[in-house]
Amino acid sequence: MSSAVDGADTGALTTDPTTDLHEAGPELVQLLTPEGERVDHARFTFGAGLSAEEEAERIRGFYRDMALVRRLDVEATALQRHGELGLWAQLLGQEAAQIGAGRALRPQDFVFPTYREHGVAWCRGVDPVELLGLFRGVDQGAWDPKANNFGLYTIVIGAQTLHAVGYAMGVQRDGHVGTGDPERDTAVVAHFGDGASSQGDVNEAFVFAASYNAPVVFFCQNNQWAISEPIERQTRIPLYQRAKGFGFPGVRVDGNDVLATHAVMEAALQRARDGQGPTFVEAYTYRMGAHTTTDDPTRYRLSDELEQWKLKDPIERVKAYLTRNGLVDQAFLAEVDEEAEALGRRLREGCHALPDPHVLDVFDQVYAEQTEELAEQKAGYAAYLDTFEPEAAR
Amino acid sequence: MTVTKYWQAINQALHEEMARDDSVIVIGEDVAAPGGPFAATKGLLESFGPDRVRDTPISEAAIVGAALGAAMAGYRPVVEVMFLDFVTVAMDQVVNQAAKVSYMSAGNFSAPMVIRSICASGRRTGPQHAQNLEAWLAHVPGLKVVWGSTPADAKALLKAAIRDDGPVYVIESLAEWSTRAEVAEGEEIVPIGSAAVRHEGEDLTVVTWGGAAPRVATAVDLVHDVSVEVIDLRTISPWDRETVLGSVRKTGRLLVVHDAVVEFGVGAEIAATVATECFDQLRAPVRRLGAPYAPAPFAPQLEEAYLPHPEAITREITRTVQTVRNAS
Ligand SMILES: Cc1ncc(C[n+]2csc(CCOP(=O)(O)OP(=O)(O)O)c2C)c(N)n1
Ligand SMILES: [Mg+2]
Repeated sequence: MSSAVDGADTGALTTDPTTDLHEAGPELVQLLTPEGERVDHARFTFGAGLSAEEEAERIRGFYRDMALVRRLDVEATALQRHGELGLWAQLLGQEAAQIGAGRALRPQDFVFPTYREHGVAWCRGVDPVELLGLFRGVDQGAWDPKANNFGLYTIVIGAQTLHAVGYAMGVQRDGHVGTGDPERDTAVVAHFGDGASSQGDVNEAFVFAASYNAPVVFFCQNNQWAISEPIERQTRIPLYQRAKGFGFPGVRVDGNDVLATHAVMEAALQRARDGQGPTFVEAYTYRMGAHTTTDDPTRYRLSDELEQWKLKDPIERVKAYLTRNGLVDQAFLAEVDEEAEALGRRLREGCHALPDPHVLDVFDQVYAEQTEELAEQKAGYAAYLDTFEPEAAR
Repeated sequence: MTVTKYWQAINQALHEEMARDDSVIVIGEDVAAPGGPFAATKGLLESFGPDRVRDTPISEAAIVGAALGAAMAGYRPVVEVMFLDFVTVAMDQVVNQAAKVSYMSAGNFSAPMVIRSICASGRRTGPQHAQNLEAWLAHVPGLKVVWGSTPADAKALLKAAIRDDGPVYVIESLAEWSTRAEVAEGEEIVPIGSAAVRHEGEDLTVVTWGGAAPRVATAVDLVHDVSVEVIDLRTISPWDRETVLGSVRKTGRLLVVHDAVVEFGVGAEIAATVATECFDQLRAPVRRLGAPYAPAPFAPQLEEAYLPHPEAITREITRTVQTVRNAS
């Protein structure tokens, strides 16, 4: 509709009608349907250059990864319920997005996670017991980011996207981009959520990445919710379309399709390593669990929605594909189940065995070098503790 | 008077003020549909509608900045920044904008707005959720800072803050969230800038506020040989100098107890003022007890040691009272 006031024609300013944010839309890259059928996509393929057997082996590996990280999630949730963890942020429903993205990485790539990236941590080889340490509160995050090129969990929403850009600028300056050497060229991944896409930091990260053509992939898991807020509170257009305004490509991929996520991420990461700059990948998925173990989603969303998404379960579709095409037998599936059981046991035992921190640890690592002031405070506190019964105080 | 939980008292204040004044609006993350991450805004959406109670996109800078704009347009926004730690993301809007709008517009604009944040100190939430940042805020001219440690004060101070014609930062203690106490229904306003004497005494004045106040109360119950006067500041800025100085003139001794790190804290401001104003009456050096100069740890047993606990407070009380001046 246009109106004219004093000759101004507002009709010239109308936008396209708002897209239905709850429809994945035709732009969605999908290679495996919820029913487990392989489909082709004009631009992205999974397993190019692999033999049929290699491809099947890959997909079995994805299935195993997803089954195991789901088990990790279930186990950690149970540990929290039993009072062994202070909190847990569930990844339930986001296994394909995380395994697809995680398995597309090369060893030299670097990942900046949110607090929910347990599946990516898994792919990077971070011991899940170390993740439990953080949620148990025995430390503030004790895995060495440099050991697996997997950064620390970020709690203040969106901050890590800027770190990713800065890291990528460093990689670029070090000349680890566009050399053609597959062992050397490096990409950086910034993980974030649909809610985080509203933060200033995240949008500023986009600007910087574009301005410097930084080798970074912005991987947004649009799980439809930011605690209680639905996606339409954050955006009027599909998130991947925002990339265009910042000057780099955006893609929406089915985040419950591990093959598509892997294919799209492989392309985006290679683009970064080749020196062609940033890409925004929106993994369209769903947070099937609560925001964290302290949240009760029945306060704000209908169970209908969850039921709909259960039909798109990321693990079931891979299992259906593998079984239907005779790529797995019962023995394989049973073996994965056993492995999951063993992982569960290992996590329970590992969690219980985590050493309690010492009270005096509070004074350490505050500064790069211990200051005189803190050393004094530490000694003073130790002396104070010594005035109590030894066991009672420590 | 009815027995009310701390969070319910906050909730009542919001309901009462929104009913009283149409210009009061509530915005923040998760405040509308679920009634707040910790239920403080429960029922507001149902009572006052989606126009006055809004969930916002996840951006603290935008929440505070937009609230300031709405305040310029004549509204009285009450914004929720979920945890005090997250105000860091909005610091330009708080410090450079809201706190200075009156000054920089020759008083033509004002910012009658409230920012509410939970301080989760003591709830094992770690370095980025458990900071006591009141000193940062109090250091900004133009901004008032209040922190009720009881349900009644949490309610009355929030009401006063909403009615104030400038920006007020209201801090709330998550550790006290379920504490029950008597709260007046309807009107009871604690004027901003007035402290409460919680316990009268002769030998020593203990000044405290926020999360430390309940632990000071516990500590004082454990001390039998010293007569302690306890003052809960309630307003950090502007603080009630008259009550504090009057008390120290009587007792001759001062201990400040707070949960923030001691260094560069609000305790230093009080100690320096007392040292100047009560020089002749002081019988012992002014002492401060707070957290070590380190971030808050996650581990419960570490956080317990990190914050001044009752045992540490009683020792400090004894130490202050036992200090004697060397004859010279
Ligand atoms: C700066 C900041 N504001 C608010 C919060 C509280 N908070 C924690 S998670 C979250 C929602 C994030 O949603 P999204 O980015 O979609 O990620 P998801 O949790 O869905 O993975 C919010 C608001 C925070 N941690 N940091
Ligand atoms: Mg989300």
